[in-house]
Order: sequence, then structure tokens, then C-alpha cells
Amino acid sequence: MSKHHPVRRRLDIKNGRVDLTHGAGGRAMGQLIEDIFHAAFDNDWLRAGDDQSAFDVAAGRMVMTTDGYVVSPIFFPGGDIGSLAVNGTINDIAMAGARPLYLSASFIIEEGFPLADLQRVAASMGEASRLAGVPIITGDTKVVERGKADGVFISTAGVGLARVGRPLSSDAARPGDVVLLSGTIGDHGVAVMSKRENLEFETEIVSDSAALHGLVAAIMAVGEGNVRVMRDPTRGGLAATLNELAHRSRIGFSIEEDAIPVRPEVAAACEFLGLDPLNVANEGKLVAIVAPAAAAAVLAAMQVHPLGRGAVAIGRAIADENRFVQMRTSFGGGRIVDWLSGEQLPRIC
Amino acid sequence: MKYVDEYRDGELARGIAASIAREAAPSREYRLMEFCGGHTHAISRYGLEDLLPDNVRMIHGPGCPVCVLPMARVDMAIACARDPRVTLCIYGDLMRVPGSNGASLLRARAEGADIRMVYSTLDAVRIAEARPDREVVFFAVGFETTTPPTALAIRAAETKGLTNFSILCNHVMTPPAMRAILDSGDVESVRVEGFIGPAHVSTVIGTRPYEEFAQRYGKPVVVAGFEPLDVVQAILMLVRQINERRSEVENQYVRAVVEAGNLKAQAVMDEVFERRETFEWRGLGWLKDSALRLKAAYARYDAELRFDLVEAPARDNPACECGAILRGVKKPRDCKVFGTLCTPDTPMGSCMVSPEGACSAHWTYGRFRETAGRERSRLA
Repeated sequence: MSKHHPVRRRLDIKNGRVDLTHGAGGRAMGQLIEDIFHAAFDNDWLRAGDDQSAFDVAAGRMVMTTDGYVVSPIFFPGGDIGSLAVNGTINDIAMAGARPLYLSASFIIEEGFPLADLQRVAASMGEASRLAGVPIITGDTKVVERGKADGVFISTAGVGLARVGRPLSSDAARPGDVVLLSGTIGDHGVAVMSKRENLEFETEIVSDSAALHGLVAAIMAVGEGNVRVMRDPTRGGLAATLNELAHRSRIGFSIEEDAIPVRPEVAAACEFLGLDPLNVANEGKLVAIVAPAAAAAVLAAMQVHPLGRGAVAIGRAIADENRFVQMRTSFGGGRIVDWLSGEQLPRIC
Repeated sequence: MKYVDEYRDGELARGIAASIAREAAPSREYRLMEFCGGHTHAISRYGLEDLLPDNVRMIHGPGCPVCVLPMARVDMAIACARDPRVTLCIYGDLMRVPGSNGASLLRARAEGADIRMVYSTLDAVRIAEARPDREVVFFAVGFETTTPPTALAIRAAETKGLTNFSILCNHVMTPPAMRAILDSGDVESVRVEGFIGPAHVSTVIGTRPYEEFAQRYGKPVVVAGFEPLDVVQAILMLVRQINERRSEVENQYVRAVVEAGNLKAQAVMDEVFERRETFEWRGLGWLKDSALRLKAAYARYDAELRFDLVEAPARDNPACECGAILRGVKKPRDCKVFGTLCTPDTPMGSCMVSPEGACSAHWTYGRFRETAGRERSRLA
């Protein structure tokens, strides 16, 4: 009896597509995981090839988060679903004032998804993870029949190490606190929308997708004890974030439209799409609510960090049993900044 | 942003606001109706009320196409969308408008109907072209602003020889609605002393159709753009007309509107559409000669005929005051369900759905004024 050593054929990345065998638990799946994911995320944990990864923990408080990514289109100016998943998960950990340590990633792939696109997504995740210094140490792959998903969905988890001292919490804002914003709003949402089917428009705008844990570390270094809460205003935009914080902290906010930075291209795109930049998603910005005494120092620390160069103070928390977010418009009148109802829909006239 | 920022200049606005405050006689009230939802939205979005003296009162009019669409027509659209052959293309605002028994297009979509949001009528034509196996129906809604694009879509479908494209036509006209408000006999609405005339509608129909309101009804009309500075300036122009006992049609929106309107747009509308004998408006009831349908020559594009859609009587929720609000008789906060049972998340009436609706605008931007009284916001 001769020994069989089947020749392992290389994945045809250029023309190949994900098929159901890639999710069936057999050799094809092993090859997909190894050639695409392990190659892109490369680290000792993955090389060990186990179904889980072990790591040491320091004494203290751990932070954990989970997140799902279904962005459409998968590739957009300034990023893609992969880098977005890494940065977004890191940011959820970082907003607790914590140091992100490890990530997991689970892929639900639609049958027929091009291997080249999958490799591109994986490579961009690997790069984002290396850049942030936060490795992806475990993962999972599933393939579903055509039509049961839309290309690829990524589900992540992240763990981090909380700082000692008072944990940041969304119910901790107090009247008089200063609202700091790390830069321009609406870049991500408009960049994605510019590539949506039926909506395509020429624009120079790129997504602001970025991992913010470095900026958070700079903020905490000067603001520890005085930073009440931080949030990254993703879905629903700045408006949703401030409303959530107002509700959780039982306060109101008073902000100035003139103080909120919006790129002219973003303002123009929102203008013709009938959108309000306040409702448009960001993926590389944060809002910090800071006690008045430390606000100036925190703002200065933000402004020297590359991701906080455009940081500004946009208003204050106020006592308000209605928990309204009020804004003085550039025009001089007052208005509420409300949560958006449903999806942000274009106006018809 | 060029050509936009100029019309949102707070400094200029404060100057005009000061003129309004100076010129408005303190002994009387000025009751002005902004006909268009676009103006309602601008007033709320920019907090213009904070710039006006207490005795200059803005009354929201019925010029919000989504708001005046009666429930029966929404039901027709839902019935059409439920036809498994149909792909219904709609403008996004319409998704959440309540139909009978809690139905909506959003819900119909969740139940499996093929409903697509489009930004342009031509997108609907493109979908019809790409999917010859589907019956593509465009849910055509709006005043004279959106009518010419619908007419162009019909012409495009004809040129391309499409046999799977049709429209469910709900286009309505502005002047009959203004007339209905003035004729309605509501004590409050007759007290409207002047109108801010539509912006986009007037780019199409011009300023002439408003002459009857100035001459026959003695109500000044100032056609104004949708930018906040346009609105403030139009208010000043109306206050001056009222003070000088003039009732004329004036054009504040000279950068876009000419007296005769857009003749090409009018021609394409006339070619494709004709007046319906009567049409139901939410809040205003059945109005003669107030809406359009396709001419006989284009009947093959009429979804009502194509799918035998019938308009079944439908009753608004009795607690909902949209009707009175659309006539300017009541304010959103006069409605018992405003902000309690009816919010933008759970709209009971159409005025809470469209961003141009009076209730939605008040809820989204202005409701803090209720708690502060007319004391203005904390910001002012």
C-alpha cells in the first residue's frame, strides 16, 4: 500500500470564490482559515491552531465588548468592513478609559464571495490590528448559502484592562461639565453613502475610521478623575450620543452649532442628501464629558494628539429634567437636537 | 458653503429681526401662514421663533406632501406593494406614513413586499429597465415641485418602450389648497393675514397663480426661499404689507422664481397630466380640481387602472388632530396625543412623519419651548 500525500492546491485567490465547502469543517475550511486569516493576522496564538486562546490577566478590572459589522458597501473611501471592525471594537473598549488587549473575530460569509475580497478584508484587519497593537487571537468562520447574507458580516469581541480608580460611566455627567469633541463630524457616514447604489456621488471625503485608544490614553493621562464619560458617536451621530448621555445622566446639554466642526464637503453632501451632519455616523471621533476644572487641560491634550487635532469644546451639560439637548443654531435661534427616528431618510422636497 | 452660507447669516438675520420688531405694531397680532412644509422645517430647524417678537405668529400650513396624503391613498399603495408582481418605488418620507389599522409601507416591506426607496423618478425607470420580470410602480407624491420629474419619468418610459413601468399618481396643486383654507370658514384660518408662498413650487408655477389671494381675498403673499434668511426677510415684507394695508404678491425668492414660472416644466406636466374632478386631502377633505392624473394617452402607465386599485374609505384615528393642524386651526401641542402616543417613533398621524410636518418639526426641534414657556430657550 502506497502512502497518499495529496498535493495541496493553492487557493485561487485571484478568481476563486467562497463556496459551501469552505464552511463545512473539512480541509477546505482549514485552508481558508490558514491561508487567508492566519496569514493576515499572524500571531503566536493563531499559529497554535487551537479553538481558543489563553492569555494572562493582570489583577484589576477587565472590560469586555462585542460588536457586529454589516456595512454596505464593504469597501468605502478610507476603509472597509475589516479595519472598521478592528477599530470599532477597540474604540468600544477604549471609551471606558480602558486599554484594549485582545480581539476575536467571527466571519459569516455568503457563498460566492470573492476570495480576493476576503483576502483584502483580512489584510486590512491585520494591518489595523498591528497598527493598534491589539492582536486578533481567536476567530470563527461560517459560510451561508447565497442570499442568506450580504457578502461578509464580521462579529467581534474585545477585552481590555480598566484603569484603577473611578470607572467612566454614562450616568456620571453633571451640570456644568464641558462637552469636548475630538474633530469633524459626519465623515464616515458621508464616505459610505457616497458609494451606495443609486446614490453615488463624487467626493473627496474619506471615512475617519481609526482606533482611538491612543487618544483616550492621552486624555486620561491629564484628565483622570475629571473625565466623567467618553463615547464614540457612531450610529445616530453626535445627536444620538448626546441624547443617550443626557438620559443616562439625567441632565440636559446646551451646545453651539457654530462650534461643531463639519468639513465643507460633508456639509455640502448632507445639504443635497437632506441629512443633518449631527445624525451622521463617525468611526474615529469621540465625545468626552469633562469636569469644568480639567476641561482646558484635557482639550489641550487632545489637540496635540494626531487624532484629536481638531478637538473643540462644543457646549456644556445643564440641569434639565426634560433631558433635552438644546443647540443655539448658527442662525441665532434655539432648537432641540433629537434622536433620529428610524433611518435617516432623504426629504422629498 | 457658497450659495448656502450667505442665506444662513445670523448677523444679517438679527438685523432683519430688529426691523421686524421695530415695525410690527405692538398693539396687534400678525398671523402669518407659511404654506410649505419646507418653510415649517426651516423655521423650526433654525429656531426662527426666537428671533420674532411675540406678536408675530407663524401658523403652519398644509404644504407638506406627505402630510396631506389621505390614509386611503396610503392603503392603496400598501395594497399595490403587496401584489407579488410589484416592485414599489417610493420617496423615503413615505415609508412610515400610517395607513389603516396600523399598516405602513415599512411594515409591508418587513412582511415581504418589494419596496425600494429612490431619490429620483429616473431611478425607478432604471429599475424597471433592469428588471423586465417585475412590475415597477412609482408612488408619485407631491406638489408642483415633484410633478415635472414624474412627467419626465413617464416620457422616459415611453421612449425606452417599457411596458412594466407605471405610477400611482397622487400629485396635488398648491392654489386649490390655499383657497380651501381661506374658504373653509374656520374662524381661525380666515384670520390668516398673509402667506409666505412656496419656494420650490413657485419655481415651477411662478407667482401669478397667487394673484387671486392678494386680489380676491385681500391676503398678501410673499414667495420666499427655504433658507432661514429668506423666511425672515419674507416675514418683514409681509409685516410691511400689512402695516401699509397692501395685499400684493411679492417675490422674495428672485434668485430662483420668475413671474411666469418654468414654462418647460409646465409644458411637460400639461402634456402628461390632467386634473382630477376631485381628490381627498388629509385635513382639507375632498377638493375639486386639486389633483392630477395621467391623461388618457398615458393611461397604460396608470397603476390604478393597471392593478384595479380602488380607493376604499379610511378613517384617521379620531384622537389625531392632523386635520385641524394642517388647516392651521390647531397647533401640534393642542393635540392630546402629541408627544405621548404620537411621536416620530410611533406616529399616529402623517404630520408626525415627514420632517416637514408641523408635529414632527415641533417635536424634533421646538418642544423645549413648551417647558420654557415663551420665555425662549436657555441659549437665547
